[in-house]
Amino acid sequence: MEWEVVIGLEVHVQLATESKLFSGASTRFGAAPNTQACAIDLAMPGTLPVPNKEAFRHAVMFGLAMNAEIGRRSVFERKNYFYPDLPKGYQTTQLAEPIVGPGEIEIHLEDGSSRKVRLHHAHLEEDAGKSLHEDFHGMSGIDLNRAGTPLIEIVSEPDLRSAAEAVAYLKKLHSIVTYLGISDGDMSQGSMRCDANVSVRLKGEKELGTRTEIKNVNSFRFVERAIKVEAERQIDLLEDGGTVTQETRLYDADKNETRSMRSKEVANDYRYFPCPDLLPVELSEDYIEQLRGELPELPDAKSARFASEYGLSAYDADQLTQERVLADYFETVAGKSGEPKLAANWMMGELAALLNREEKSIDQSPVSAEQLAGLIARIVDGTISSKIAKQVFEAMANGEGDADTVIEQRGLKQVSDTGAIEQMIDEVIAGSAKQVENYRNADEAKRPKMMGYFVGQVMKASKGQANPQMINKILKDKLDALL
Amino acid sequence: MHQLTIAEIIRGLREREFSSVEITRQLLTRIEQLDGDLNSFITTTPEQALQQAGAADQRLAAGDAPLLCGVPIAHKDIFCTHGVRTSCGSKMLDNFVPPYDAHVVEQLQAAGAVSLGKTNMDEFAMGSSNETSFYGPVKNPWNPEHVPGGSSGGSAAAVAAQLVPGATATDTGGSIRQPAALTGTTGLKPTYGRVSRWGMIAFASSLDQGGPIARTAEDVAHLLTAMAGHDRRDSTSLDRPVPDFAASLNDDIRGLRIGVPKEYFSEGLNAEAAARVQDALKEYERLGAQLVEISLPHTHLAVPAYYVIAPAEASANLSRFDGVRYGYRCENPADLRDLYMRSRGEGFGEEVKRRILVGAYALSAGYYDAYYNKAQQVRRLIKQDFVQAFEQVDVVMGPTAPNPAFRLNEKTDDPVAMYLEDIYTISANLAGLPAMSLPCGQAGGLPVGLQIIGNYLDEGRMLNAAHQFQQATDWHRATAPFAQAAGEQ
Amino acid sequence: MAVDKQTVEQLAELARIAISEETVDEVGKRLGNVLQLVDQLQSVHTEGVAPMAHPLDEVQVLRPDAVTEPDQREAFQELAPQAEQGLYLVPKVID
Repeated sequence: MEWEVVIGLEVHVQLATESKLFSGASTRFGAAPNTQACAIDLAMPGTLPVPNKEAFRHAVMFGLAMNAEIGRRSVFERKNYFYPDLPKGYQTTQLAEPIVGPGEIEIHLEDGSSRKVRLHHAHLEEDAGKSLHEDFHGMSGIDLNRAGTPLIEIVSEPDLRSAAEAVAYLKKLHSIVTYLGISDGDMSQGSMRCDANVSVRLKGEKELGTRTEIKNVNSFRFVERAIKVEAERQIDLLEDGGTVTQETRLYDADKNETRSMRSKEVANDYRYFPCPDLLPVELSEDYIEQLRGELPELPDAKSARFASEYGLSAYDADQLTQERVLADYFETVAGKSGEPKLAANWMMGELAALLNREEKSIDQSPVSAEQLAGLIARIVDGTISSKIAKQVFEAMANGEGDADTVIEQRGLKQVSDTGAIEQMIDEVIAGSAKQVENYRNADEAKRPKMMGYFVGQVMKASKGQANPQMINKILKDKLDALL
Repeated sequence: MHQLTIAEIIRGLREREFSSVEITRQLLTRIEQLDGDLNSFITTTPEQALQQAGAADQRLAAGDAPLLCGVPIAHKDIFCTHGVRTSCGSKMLDNFVPPYDAHVVEQLQAAGAVSLGKTNMDEFAMGSSNETSFYGPVKNPWNPEHVPGGSSGGSAAAVAAQLVPGATATDTGGSIRQPAALTGTTGLKPTYGRVSRWGMIAFASSLDQGGPIARTAEDVAHLLTAMAGHDRRDSTSLDRPVPDFAASLNDDIRGLRIGVPKEYFSEGLNAEAAARVQDALKEYERLGAQLVEISLPHTHLAVPAYYVIAPAEASANLSRFDGVRYGYRCENPADLRDLYMRSRGEGFGEEVKRRILVGAYALSAGYYDAYYNKAQQVRRLIKQDFVQAFEQVDVVMGPTAPNPAFRLNEKTDDPVAMYLEDIYTISANLAGLPAMSLPCGQAGGLPVGLQIIGNYLDEGRMLNAAHQFQQATDWHRATAPFAQAAGEQ
Repeated sequence: MAVDKQTVEQLAELARIAISEETVDEVGKRLGNVLQLVDQLQSVHTEGVAPMAHPLDEVQVLRPDAVTEPDQREAFQELAPQAEQGLYLVPKVID
């Protein structure tokens, strides 16, 4: 039996507004508990909400970036349930008339293929506070600083067919919201949170299988693992003749398994109805067009431009445009060095490895774009070889200054003096009688390969500083002269 | 001095006949001596009042006093008052002292009014008799065996008993007009959005509106001018200019077209009350107005629609009272669920709990369309009735309530009978129209109210019509026996 | 016409309101009376009538994005039944 996994994601993105969705309290992260919870956030009696204009601007920008319909009229509703982190006893959200309607984006997969994912809708809503479970004489502590922070909940159609696709989609959303500057996208601080609806069915089947919802998976890696392990669980269950129960499950990263959340099992009836404290929000065509004009260049457009303008491969262009800061970094390096392809290679090679090793993001990179550009310039003008350049790069990463400083201080300047190189070659030939003999007796076709040995020896003798093109040329001339 | 109207107090203070401290002290003493029986106040704030009165006297002496400077008033205990307990008539908020003021409180303070305290009310404004208050029922100053109406029964009774010349109140389905009618006072519910709801504890947000109760239309005009105004903190507050409502009181009402809805005189209306209202309409004809029979065909559906919409909104509005951040918390909760269930079960009274459950029912899966959605559709039909009526007439008039004040406990066991007391008042809330009640006679020794419903933002014309009636009649001057007897003491 | 016991208990659970065993029937009866009143709504045809959530046809005015609320934690937490280290305390929340 061949199974197909069907996934839909609900992604919550915290918007980067200064103040909350319905109050003038700050949304800054990390303040002392309840110091950013004002009377409205605390649902004090008689207080009333007034929506934040900037949150709407963010939501509309997002909708435009997703090629989605924008709700000219949107309505807030109350979703009723009791929880200590929900002060009003209802969440103010949107249901029947959301700010962003159906849309579509393209995701790019590692094998170079791409596919379209449909957006069901995205709506504005307020975040809840936090329950802290440290022990206060057997009680929980409630911090409402986060209560009322604006979110957009982005709901996809069940168009994703693998954990890898889900991650690609999530990364795409991440790149769009950070490009737009509407969220910091920081998953570790909960700025982007993901619920995954997962079901499986036999390939070719039209009907969707019973789904489970995996709650609050908060990193790309965990999303991938959680979906994989949940799909496997469902397949095992079905192959053993069992059935999947529709329920909410929690992903346990330590055990790499999902488990049922019994506490959420009580059938909830949220009793949505239009919030009578708020009026319908109507956005004019002019306003929406104005925002369309303010949209920055988005990942897909940037990727296409990188490919055409800089002659990058589609894959490279795509990789370099996933994050706006990465793309900006690339353009600085490419611009200053005049060598876009080398810039791309270095970024996706040495720089990516460095950042990965040090667990840093591009904006925390120990090597600045200017420094990398300087390094590339030295490779191009022949001051150093690519091999030496790696040493210089490591030195720059260790804070030894820019490329020129490192080259100078470490004396890494490439030897391009013909006389010096000829002397080294002569010495190597003189000390390698056996290899020279072999070379002479070898077939014409095998000789280029055999050159490698001599090149290596000369490089070794020059401590890697000899100009490799020159070595190649002079060495070949000298060896051929011996034939 | 307690017989004085607000207009008379404004004049007296300016002509130095008495000081604000003098009248404030006298009314405070009167409240202290008499309110034990009446129970119209939940909290009095004598120290704060005398302090405000002293400051008012200084401003009056300096000659830069705003209109209501030094005028004593009281606030319904639904309006949050900074530093003064605001209970909303509920055990749930018996210990709640807000660190902020309602917009209405700020506005009246800015106009110079002196607050004597907080008046009794039905719990969370849910009631038509003031019997659901955690602080006990309020007596009707016309007959202590009868109710003063509700939910603003404390404000109405305090004004009728001449404990205070005017008070703030709120009206969700008739809570200003019905108690005004039952106590022989004048009260006005403004156009929805005229008065900010900020700091006014919500019952049903799309229906609630604050307004004044006083003894004359002129006094109501003065209070409303101070209370009304746009407030950015309330998204439903109207950003429209607020006129001086007293400026048009003396306009000529000849030619005023008065719509008389036939549905407001059908069965269920007390015959004597009906006769008094007809007399009032005849008086208007004498004053040069023209009566036009109109039809508001969906009137009979107002009460059913209201008892879906109001409980639905209330069921969510009252979810915040959960024993976590303020208000009542049950003793020793076993777990989180127990904390919620008992704090709310013990903190709310029976009527409030009933309405929350009805609201939850109307919104629950499977019933939403049949109840909530249907009620909101009917609401539009009711509004359209009025929109059509106002194409032909300037104001609509009829009875405020079907009966004069009923006896205490008479309807407490029959909530539906109680609900029907609001049959004529609820439509204005559903449509968001301004409406007022003024005394127009008596039935069996108890006051009868005439209701005037106006077009949107047309409070000035309603007050003009009411004032002209009060210039021609004396019903608003009739003094409740309680106030009279107490005055002789 | 009374609302049955099970429904009353479900509503009480949704609304988080404890209702004692002795009063469940009475509450059910009274709810039934109210629902009977409300059922009159079914007598009118409302096809094509747009539901009206607000009395006036106004639209929302949006607020500029500015921090205007100072920290008033101390004043607010004086009202709290139980607070410690700046947190509101509740019986253990189990996820």
